[in-house]
Amino acid sequence: MNLQRLRGLIRKEFIQIFRDPSAIAIAFFMPVFLLFLFGYGVSLDAYHVPVAIVVDQPSPQTSAFTAGLQQSTYFTPRFYDSIEAARRALMKRRVDGILWLRSDFSRQIIKGDTASIGEFINGEDANNARILEGYLQGVWQSWLLQRATAHGVALTVPVVVQDRIWFNPALRSRDYLVPGLMAVIMTLIGALLTALVVAREWERGTMEALMASPVTMGEILLGKLIPYFLLGMGGMLLSVALAVWIFAVPLVGSFWILLICSALFLLAALGMGLLISSVAHNQFIAGQIAIIVTFLPAFILSGFIFDIQSMPPAIQMATHIVAARYFVSILQTLFLAGDIWPVILWNSLALLIMSVFFIGMTLLRSRKRLD
Amino acid sequence: MLSRVLGLVIKEFLALLRDKTSRFVLIGPPLLQLLVFGYAATYDLNHIPYAVFNQDSGFASREFLGRLQGSPDFQQVATITHESQIAPLINNKKALLVVNIGPHFTRDLLLYHPAKVQVIVDGRNSNTATLALNDFNSIVLGFDTHWALHHEWGHPAAQLVVRAWFNPNLLSRWFIIPGIVALLMLVVTLLVTGLSVAREREQGTFDQLLVTPLTPLEILIGKALPGFIIGALEGVFIILVAVFWFQVPLIGNLLALALGMILFLFAAIGIGLMISSLAFTQQQGLLGVFLFLVPAIILSGFATPIANMPKLVQDLTFLNPMRYFLIIVRGTFLEGDSFTNLWPQYWPLALIAIFSMTAAGWLFRHRLQ
Repeated sequence: MNLQRLRGLIRKEFIQIFRDPSAIAIAFFMPVFLLFLFGYGVSLDAYHVPVAIVVDQPSPQTSAFTAGLQQSTYFTPRFYDSIEAARRALMKRRVDGILWLRSDFSRQIIKGDTASIGEFINGEDANNARILEGYLQGVWQSWLLQRATAHGVALTVPVVVQDRIWFNPALRSRDYLVPGLMAVIMTLIGALLTALVVAREWERGTMEALMASPVTMGEILLGKLIPYFLLGMGGMLLSVALAVWIFAVPLVGSFWILLICSALFLLAALGMGLLISSVAHNQFIAGQIAIIVTFLPAFILSGFIFDIQSMPPAIQMATHIVAARYFVSILQTLFLAGDIWPVILWNSLALLIMSVFFIGMTLLRSRKRLD
Repeated sequence: MLSRVLGLVIKEFLALLRDKTSRFVLIGPPLLQLLVFGYAATYDLNHIPYAVFNQDSGFASREFLGRLQGSPDFQQVATITHESQIAPLINNKKALLVVNIGPHFTRDLLLYHPAKVQVIVDGRNSNTATLALNDFNSIVLGFDTHWALHHEWGHPAAQLVVRAWFNPNLLSRWFIIPGIVALLMLVVTLLVTGLSVAREREQGTFDQLLVTPLTPLEILIGKALPGFIIGALEGVFIILVAVFWFQVPLIGNLLALALGMILFLFAAIGIGLMISSLAFTQQQGLLGVFLFLVPAIILSGFATPIANMPKLVQDLTFLNPMRYFLIIVRGTFLEGDSFTNLWPQYWPLALIAIFSMTAAGWLFRHRLQ
């Protein structure tokens, strides 16, 4: 290792970066653009869900029930005259669900029987359907409670659930999606920055020129790694700033731990890019591999949106090779729960192993050899 | 003209498939990802890890906990005896929820007082937390109904009778897998087209192509056909896997689905070629592919509903071919849609295809360094 040679290589890489500004665009423009778009765009919180209400025979009892829906910000109730009209609206996706108060609703309540309320939901998007189901159950329960209070009796429900939601009491999905998105975006940036750089040298023949010089392979790789690491950390800091100041995601944990973990993750992501690049020897194939192994796995297998514990065991095992999985876990914990050492240490260790693996493999694959 | 185009198509296929790694990349990973993602991408919770802190020694709490233990949705991971044990379990993600039953649970129930159960939920993933709470509430509801019936508590004034259409068991897999069909088709077409012009530009062979008698239209056809053929073949295969392996019902009109696929492929190829011919280097092309691919997937309604997005972002999704194709795939799979229902999705796709193809053809000649 010769520091002067290394400095020369780094300077050369920086000059190349400034010549083709796409690397700077990747590091600084991409995180801002994507985080803005997704921070606003990606949400699992449904508000103003259009729900059809069909009341066969309006009465004080039915209006007491529908009032609960009309007051809630979760729904946009729409009244239909008949169940057929409401069904047609559901078919045409104008509404996501139907509540049907049949003609005997009031009579049964007055008689003291249990009236049944028909609830139809569009189950196509099962997750949304479940959320809607929960909302409607809430409406029904608060209606029961209201009736009981109005009649001056205690609510006759045997078990009452008191829920305490830790770390995110308002259940804002953005608070966990934004840290997760940061992991996905940094995966892309890390791989994009380095996936083509070694392959480009091979393709253009400049690698052979480098080989003829006294620089060692380790110096060449470090010369690639350091400039892009600095760029990537810049992008990461920008994302943290956006998350905290624009999207108001609380950063409960320590900023410095976040910084260290990000550095580890970035090393793994850049290392993966370098490995792709030195395996492919050809920018076209390196680009194709980068498209395939970065975005979709980080998106689907990282636990950013789909819960890893609900996956079948074999798939859970497979998620361990996705670096973003560890980073998502660290970020969600650091942002929302704080410095919880067991989570941070184990995941950081995994990231460390992955970076060593990727960079080590790259070194092994890159011999000073022509083929 | 036909033989010239044919020659170009053959050359494009050779450029794509000549190399062993490249052949593998186009075929292996998308199919592997279909299997992995098909199993991985689900919102349905099962085996929710929970811990129990039961301070009640009566039979009612045992009966209540028995319902939790009997449910396939829940899996008990710990029994705790002191409040201080709750925090580490939740913090370290060992348990998603902790059920805390007070010391007077059975007594309260026998005295006809509502008995309180406290649940502590890890809210780090708010969607999982919401769903887990919903599942827990349904178990409580089941217990309540049973208890009220057998211990003369009286009955509620009304109850909800829920029925879900199109997907009666609310399996999110039925929703997600048709989405994966669209996802992988988009990725494959972009793999084929996204860098193809950029590579030739960087290597200088595109200039040579331009001085041959080939017209831009012929070049466009030559560049688009391989993507179309590979995309269509893989698309059909993925749909077969969705139907026969994952058992997602496909009840709609197959021709309506096929028309959607064709239009979507043209739109995706057009955009891929447009990106590719805007770029001077493959690095720029790759950046362009990601700048399109990532938003196209995240803002398509694949994982999070478009209806939850702010108005401005919702308007942006009208430019996204994935948005239309997802409605077509899901509509034909689950709702049995046919041509007439899907017309509002077809024409925007056709429009995007025509625009992007024209732009790509124009850029061939007008973007020279």
